[in-house]
Amino acid sequence: MSEIEFLNWVRGPAFEIATVIFIAGVIIRFLEIFLLGRKTNLAEAKGSEMSSGLRTIVSRSIPDKNTFKRSSFKIVSGYIFHLGLLVTIFFFAPHILLFKEVLGFSWPSLPTAIVDAFAVVSIITLIAVLIHRLRDNVLKFLSSTEDYLVWLLTILPLITGYIAFHRIGMTAPTLLAIHILSVELLLVAFPFTKLMHAFTLLIARWYNGAISGYRGVQS
Amino acid sequence: MTNNKNLKDRTLGEAMQDHGISRRSFLKFCAATASMMALPPSMIPAIARALETAKKPSVIWLSFQECTGCTESLTRSHNATLENLIFDSISLDYHHTLQAASGEAAEEAREEAMQENWGEYLLVVDGSIPTKDMGYSTIAGMSNLDMFLQTAAGAAAIISVGTCAAFGGIPHAHPNPTGAYSVYDIIKMYGNASLDGISSASISNTSGGSVADKPIITVPGCPPIPVVITGVLTHYLTFGTIPELDHLGRPKAFYGQSIHDRCYRRPFYDKGLFAETFDDEGAKKGWCLYKLGCKGPTTYNACATTKWNNGTSFPIESGHPCLGCSEPDFWDGGGFYKALSVPTIDIPSTVVYAAAGGAAAGVALGALNKNKKSNAIRQHTKTTIDDLEKE
Repeated sequence: MSEIEFLNWVRGPAFEIATVIFIAGVIIRFLEIFLLGRKTNLAEAKGSEMSSGLRTIVSRSIPDKNTFKRSSFKIVSGYIFHLGLLVTIFFFAPHILLFKEVLGFSWPSLPTAIVDAFAVVSIITLIAVLIHRLRDNVLKFLSSTEDYLVWLLTILPLITGYIAFHRIGMTAPTLLAIHILSVELLLVAFPFTKLMHAFTLLIARWYNGAISGYRGVQS
Repeated sequence: MTNNKNLKDRTLGEAMQDHGISRRSFLKFCAATASMMALPPSMIPAIARALETAKKPSVIWLSFQECTGCTESLTRSHNATLENLIFDSISLDYHHTLQAASGEAAEEAREEAMQENWGEYLLVVDGSIPTKDMGYSTIAGMSNLDMFLQTAAGAAAIISVGTCAAFGGIPHAHPNPTGAYSVYDIIKMYGNASLDGISSASISNTSGGSVADKPIITVPGCPPIPVVITGVLTHYLTFGTIPELDHLGRPKAFYGQSIHDRCYRRPFYDKGLFAETFDDEGAKKGWCLYKLGCKGPTTYNACATTKWNNGTSFPIESGHPCLGCSEPDFWDGGGFYKALSVPTIDIPSTVVYAAAGGAAAGVALGALNKNKKSNAIRQHTKTTIDDLEKE
């Protein structure tokens, strides 16, 4: 297989396979969650589920003072690499073109130098996060193979993307193909690993708030 | 193109003097060539000396499944003193598009050149070689494959000119009806095949010719830049060796950098300024053509630096995205106007089908889970104090 054939394969059949697994997988996971249902709550509602749930989605995104003091590294590094991922995934012109193809609409891109900086910061932060995980005995004990796999699948597109943009070591078609392939691996694993939190995060937070709201307590 | 002995015995320097080329313009040519091939200025006298004393090398040019665009590109070069100089300085013994002779006389010229220069002539090939049915492309009743293998056996080196000869090109594009392959692939497939059945009676000293280990220089492009082929020929005449090649057999001096990296529109790419259509404000302002399908980021060629039509411009400069014509399988890259980051498949319909399939599977799994849950509730037995006291 020549490098261009490899690139054509990852842009064609491989992307199709990854898309099917990703979309079908996410929908299956959502339906599994929703169709399981909840037991009818016989207690009288003492407040609104919806408003408390929506409020919690926002409030839980801002750490309280004590939590921040206890886990400042985790919170700061978490915010940095998530913000970095947001910028690199959604504000790099070639990526926006892909979203336009799927969604039918687009938005303005950021200059490559800015996206590049965010990518570098995200890579460094993700490495720091891994070191922290390995050095913290409790975290290390709680970590499963899946946690390390998810870390790898997240950092790979960033590293391969950075190398592809700067054309380091290999030819441009090969580097671009490797980058796209790394994204496809992420898409395939996404619905079946903790990566799914990108979607379930909001409903989980809403649910936490809704339980409190029903009971009439602060969430 | 002549087989005249006297002409052949002359050196390139003598041939150039006959053409009225002054020493000054000759040295200018040597300097330009050295610069193009990224050689240090100290090499200029070496090039001049080598070219002056070199004997006109015999070149056999074979055209197979091609469109003659490569020959057009090389012979219609605007710069009369550079490319033509080199072409006037070689003994192009066989080129069936350019030669006056035809039929048996033409084939005799080829066989005579092979006989006289066995092991020393350069073989230039343009066009891909069909393998499915030998009748798809024949010359003087001889299949392309046979003619290539026979001629390649006595060549000092093979130069694959154009993307068809270099990588299979358009004939090789899906579904490749003629089973077309590049020179490199043909040598890989048939390089060790016996030439007994195809050697001609008129070529007696064809012994010792192994096709498998012939050096191959690929000069891809649709068509390739004229100055690249003359640069390769000059290098061969000067040093007697082939230039430094990349992993696809392309001279690094010309194919060492991507179009994207040398593109004058690159700053617009970095700033995020793109032409969205061919007639919008961005297109008029000369912004980056990435969104219009430019393959510059994955294409290695010298267009952005040497340019075309006597240095006038190159495709991107005239407002069209790079097609990636000097890369293998450029024809099957999912469309010339599709951006590199966009998949070649129909993503929206894939998403719809995947969502429908996912929904059906999700509902089925949900029903199974519900069933499991109600079974668990049904089979649940209460533990009483008596049960616990039994333990």
